[in-house]
Amino acid sequence: MKEPLFVILLSTAIIAGTPLLFAALGEILAERAGILNLGVEGMMLVGAVTGFIVTLKTQNHWAGVAAAMLAGGMLATIHAFLSVTLRANQVVSGLALTIFGTGLSSFLGKTFVGQPIPDPFRPLVVPGLSKIPVLGTVFFKHDALVYLSFIIVVLVWFLLFRTRWGLNLRAVGENPAAADSVGIHVYVTRYISVILGGMLAGIGGAYLSLAYAPTWIENMTAGRGWIAVALVIFAVWHPVKALVGAYIFGGVDALGFRLQAIGEQGSFLQNISPFFLQMLPYLLTIAVLIIITGETKKRRVGTPASLGLPYDREER
Amino acid sequence: MASSLLTGIKRGIVFEKRGFVSKTAMILTPILSVLMALLVSAVFLKLMGYKPLEIFKIMITGAFGSTYGLSETVVKSIPLLLCGLGVSVAFRMQLWNIGAEGQFYLGAVAATWVALFYGDGPRFIVLTLMFIAGFLAGGLWGLLPAIPRALFKVNETITTLMMNYVAILFSNYLVYGPWKDPQGMNFPLTAIFSVNATLPTFGNTRVHLGLVFGLAAAVILYIVLWHSKWGYEIRVIGESPVAARYAGMNIARNILLVMVISGGLAGIAGMAEVSGIIQRLQPNLSPGYGYTAIIIAWLARLNPFAMIGVSFLFGGLLVGGYNMQTSGLPAAVVLMLQGAILFFVLGSEIMTKYRIKLVKGR
Repeated sequence: MKEPLFVILLSTAIIAGTPLLFAALGEILAERAGILNLGVEGMMLVGAVTGFIVTLKTQNHWAGVAAAMLAGGMLATIHAFLSVTLRANQVVSGLALTIFGTGLSSFLGKTFVGQPIPDPFRPLVVPGLSKIPVLGTVFFKHDALVYLSFIIVVLVWFLLFRTRWGLNLRAVGENPAAADSVGIHVYVTRYISVILGGMLAGIGGAYLSLAYAPTWIENMTAGRGWIAVALVIFAVWHPVKALVGAYIFGGVDALGFRLQAIGEQGSFLQNISPFFLQMLPYLLTIAVLIIITGETKKRRVGTPASLGLPYDREER
Repeated sequence: MASSLLTGIKRGIVFEKRGFVSKTAMILTPILSVLMALLVSAVFLKLMGYKPLEIFKIMITGAFGSTYGLSETVVKSIPLLLCGLGVSVAFRMQLWNIGAEGQFYLGAVAATWVALFYGDGPRFIVLTLMFIAGFLAGGLWGLLPAIPRALFKVNETITTLMMNYVAILFSNYLVYGPWKDPQGMNFPLTAIFSVNATLPTFGNTRVHLGLVFGLAAAVILYIVLWHSKWGYEIRVIGESPVAARYAGMNIARNILLVMVISGGLAGIAGMAEVSGIIQRLQPNLSPGYGYTAIIIAWLARLNPFAMIGVSFLFGGLLVGGYNMQTSGLPAAVVLMLQGAILFFVLGSEIMTKYRIKLVKGR
């Protein structure tokens, strides 16, 4: 049975949005604890390449995902050490992480560029649920990592808003001095959330090299790490809204490639240069950021109060 | 009072606040950072089965060991210096312009436009027009994200970065599309510039007039920042926006102005690169000059004169990187090295404000 076009588009939006979703969820954790990590792009790239290499060597894509998480977590630890312990400038430290990660990923992946992977993630049709009209195809005919991302959205939401640990984490991001005075370990909390964030960015990268592409191409993230950082603002630091945002961006990303195929021969759509269509996700990110920043100001919600500020006990 | 590395509790290795910012530490830390980054990279390369000492030797002799190497190092340091000066003006105001890469591309595109369509005029006029076009186009690319930043405080880090992708795609569109050289065997290249659209070079080297642009920009920037009322305003806004507002300084206007200058300098770098070196527009114009510029600005502590030396060093790193590829290493190692240097610079900054002490348990 042939699915209608919009169903296929929605389904592709989810696939294209999944790497953004993983990375954005990770960044939400870090930023909720008050640490801005602009190294997402670098962590995703290193996650993508290590996930790819390990899958190639072990023939097991789950081993690849585990390796990508480990790699992302390790890079995030550098950022945590610099920004939490050494109180370095978080913007610059994150940039350094992206530059370093970009270099490291091309170094590690040099001999693997374009190789096919023996065992990529393939769609698993969920029995029963996939039979639901429209929604079945949109949500339940994907690979295991997409389902994992659904679970992690719920998990991050639950951790942040329904557990003591999440309350502490948010307190650290809002007012570390107050959190400290009631006995919460500010440094330890920040380390954990930044490292967890890095692990999620690692999976996001691995999704690109193990399911989306599935191969290793230099700089294959193409700015997705930065779009994920913008998504966090769009989502007002909320995991469920991040899911919605990721799929919107994923949809635009997919649309860029599909528009031309849809348009009839010689029609208006066919005449748009692919270079302009490829600009869409970046332009959308800018547009959304402008609109959202205005909105959050009006509603007086948003940014964790201590985001980007190092905490020094002595200056309490 | 002092706190330990991980827990913030005062036991073990602790940081003790210095009463003043140590001048010695300020000069020593960047140098030590570079050395530490080299050391760590050496260990990493060794572990990966390479011979680090040999690689470093190839890099250093390639970049600094011959007249040709030295001149190429200067060639690479020109765009780095101009972009570095550009981002440093913005950084001084706490504006995180990481869009130098895109501003560079747009400057190159605008200069190419002049060269392709008005390149048959007198050389001085053509080059002056290319210079102005490069500055304006780069400045415009910096101004666009500055407007929402000035009006609604929209995060400029992300918008300037997104603009990089847009600029590179736009440049590729021109090179693959309307500006492709009809006689170019279908390669994605524009026609080569006329002699009147190319910057003069020094002697038999590829070192071009862009070097003078860079050095002049450093001097002008120094004078403006430290010896003019406007420069004083910029520095006050950067260090204390609240104080600046009470003093009646127009922050929004200064954001726009600073971003135009910041982008304009990167635009000049793009103009100088197409006019002085490549003499046409092509894809992959820059090996990441705009990103390396961020590291240079930070390593030089935003000081325009220090940036001349640091750009030279990083130019050498790029040239050395090309030489290194002959020994089978990807040029990406240079990027890793740059990232590592920045890590150490950031990490050691705390030494200028704190002293490290070992405290026995209570």
